[in-house]
Amino acid sequence: MTTTARTEATIEAHPTLPIITIKRDFRATPAQLLRAHTDRDLFARWIGPSYAQVTIDYWDARRGGAFRYLNGHDGQEYAFYGSFHEVSESRIVQTFTFEGMPDSVALETMWFEDLGDGWTRLRTQSLCDSISERDQWLRSGMEVGVNDGYAKLDGLLADGSL
Amino acid sequence: MADQLSRVFAALADPTRRDIVARLTLGDATVGELAEPYEVSLQAVSKHLRVLEEAGLVTRSRDAQRRPVHLEAEVFDLMEKWIERYRRQAEERFRRLDAVLADLQDTESGEPDRNERGAAS
Repeated sequence: MTTTARTEATIEAHPTLPIITIKRDFRATPAQLLRAHTDRDLFARWIGPSYAQVTIDYWDARRGGAFRYLNGHDGQEYAFYGSFHEVSESRIVQTFTFEGMPDSVALETMWFEDLGDGWTRLRTQSLCDSISERDQWLRSGMEVGVNDGYAKLDGLLADGSL
Repeated sequence: MADQLSRVFAALADPTRRDIVARLTLGDATVGELAEPYEVSLQAVSKHLRVLEEAGLVTRSRDAQRRPVHLEAEVFDLMEKWIERYRRQAEERFRRLDAVLADLQDTESGEPDRNERGAAS
């Protein structure tokens, strides 16, 4: 299987299960992609969002290890933590909790599939506690995202038009 | 307002309701017409419609005797926009990851001779 064209991330919110699936191809080897997910400093460079200052509190990317990091923005801090259940060449399995929703925990699996020709497909699956919690994640852009393209939608929601 | 989206998602979590919505994308229909393909009572279909109505996905005209069910496409757009925004955030994150991976590519395979000679081990 080969891929030459670069494509944007695709997302799927499962209609009947509390699952979000995201796929994206990268011009890298599976090993490089794994490194970007397990190396503390590399991870902090991309996890973002871009306007936030990412601080890693603790980081031990191996089976049974754990992580916690904070996104600082406008004097606010958002913390995330979880445990690494499996870290291997083909996949990472971890738990994921946003401390603002401390009762919720998602089970996240990231698969690294070698497409050949120096391309690797990343497939992430987040299994949430319930569909309503999954939807809360999908809406989370509301609270943290500042995206002009959606300002209009936010306005409609705020004034009750929708 | 965020609750409305929860209701939309919950309403669409049911396969029969998704079918009903799919049927309504073709045009307005009465409860009887909507019930036809299913082996369920009109009452059961009405119940599904009530869920869709509460989610704001469909409306029914009060005056006409047929009371056809109408799909409110706007609400659909709202949900799509929400998912699209989430997707875009992921894409932004992945573009930063692209840059990190490009750096890795350079240091690992870009100019191995120079790197190896340069590193005094």
